[in-house]
Amino acid sequence: MVKFFEQLGGYLILMRQAFAKPEKARMYWNETFRQAKDIGVGSLPIIAIVSTFIGGVSAVQFAYQFRSISLVPMWWIGSIVRKGMILELAPTVSALLLAGKVGSNIASELGTMRISEQIDAYEIMGVNTPAYLIGPKIAASVVVVPMLVVIAVVLGILGGWGAGLLGNFFSTTEYFRGVQDGFDGYDVFIMLVKAVLFGFTLSSISCYKGFTVQGGAVEIGKSSTQAVVLSSIVMMIVNFFVAFLLL
Amino acid sequence: MIEIRDIKKNFGTQQVLKGISATFDNGKCNLIIGKSGSGKTVTLKCMVGLFEPDEGNIFYDGRNITEMNFHARKDIRREIGMLFQGTALFDSLTVEENVQFPLDMFTNQTEAEKKERVNFCLGRVNLPNTNKKYPGELSGGMKKRVGIARAIVMNPKYLFCDEPNSGLDPKTAIVIDHLIKEITEEYNITTVVNTHDMNSVMGIGDKVVFLHEGLKYWEGNKDEIMQITDGELFDFIFASDFLKDLRRNAKY
Repeated sequence: MVKFFEQLGGYLILMRQAFAKPEKARMYWNETFRQAKDIGVGSLPIIAIVSTFIGGVSAVQFAYQFRSISLVPMWWIGSIVRKGMILELAPTVSALLLAGKVGSNIASELGTMRISEQIDAYEIMGVNTPAYLIGPKIAASVVVVPMLVVIAVVLGILGGWGAGLLGNFFSTTEYFRGVQDGFDGYDVFIMLVKAVLFGFTLSSISCYKGFTVQGGAVEIGKSSTQAVVLSSIVMMIVNFFVAFLLL
Repeated sequence: MIEIRDIKKNFGTQQVLKGISATFDNGKCNLIIGKSGSGKTVTLKCMVGLFEPDEGNIFYDGRNITEMNFHARKDIRREIGMLFQGTALFDSLTVEENVQFPLDMFTNQTEAEKKERVNFCLGRVNLPNTNKKYPGELSGGMKKRVGIARAIVMNPKYLFCDEPNSGLDPKTAIVIDHLIKEITEEYNITTVVNTHDMNSVMGIGDKVVFLHEGLKYWEGNKDEIMQITDGELFDFIFASDFLKDLRRNAKY
């Protein structure tokens, strides 16, 4: 328990330092842009592939169940896929994928920098290392993760449409009637709240785990794993509270 | 001049520095030597502010860094250049970007001025035409030279070198030593070198501080060190029986 509060305290102090006033705004902006490119472009293929197939699988599963209940019209599938992707599947699955890909990458990058004294080199120069190395990663993540989630929603809905056509469950007109039926902007708001919180959670926890590594290659590996596991757990807790409070 | 007064540092229950005092002179190569675990690196890291000493004071030309707040300490750090044991070059940046980084972060020079300064520093360490290479493409000696170029790019008043010869062949090690010595005298820098390489001691040791088990055991220069005939320092310098016999038969 003492260790938990020590780590929580260390995390909060590091976060405060990470958002200190930058020495030179242009350098921080450039670093944030570079991180956004790494996180966004680097993660796009896996997000695109997984969300397309999740949308497709959702459509197939609902079509399978609706066929046995003849009273339910097939155009409902479009509505269910849309709602499921926006409210839960796109933000949560994307965040878990990003925790595995981006989170472990951040933790191992910072861990390696710590072990190879690169962070010390920045400090000797007089650079505020948490602000320069962590701040841009979190800022980039908070901006880019919602963008990726929006792309995941669009591709998931298209994946559902493709799977439906492939299985001949519904027509294009039926599916997109469902997609548009009962659309509520509040769902998108909740999705964006989740995406921003997930972006902050996965990047900040991964940065903390990487930045505070001590030891060698084995410890870097452990911190990388811990970053993925811990950020995934915290994101699921955050997910529950957002759903509980906002729905 | 840098002065350390009664520096103590513990890690848990282990007392690593037990009260070290020494002065490091301006325009000279000041060497801290000692066996592995004697407290050399901890002393150096306390001096540059990477470790906080538990007790004692560190003065940079009379300015007590241990009593300074974060911002005042950052100003002093901009007067410090450091060559790390493993060079600590930024992997994702080219040689040119590595050397230019402090200029980008802390000066308002134009791009042309920065390029000129970077090229001057890389030329000074005999590394022309490597600007666009990445650290991974360089040899150990070249990395050390890039590390020196980065350390001097801001015209530091104080230069720290942690084991500058580690991992280098004897010939390259001498080249690096001479480079450090030349730069120290040319720019009148206070240089502190952490080493256990006796070639360095005899080559560039204007002043030598020998640490043993967290305490300053001996202080002198490279000429005085050869007068030592017994004790911990003798065992350290003449570690092998061959060297001991050589020393005993020498006409000192």
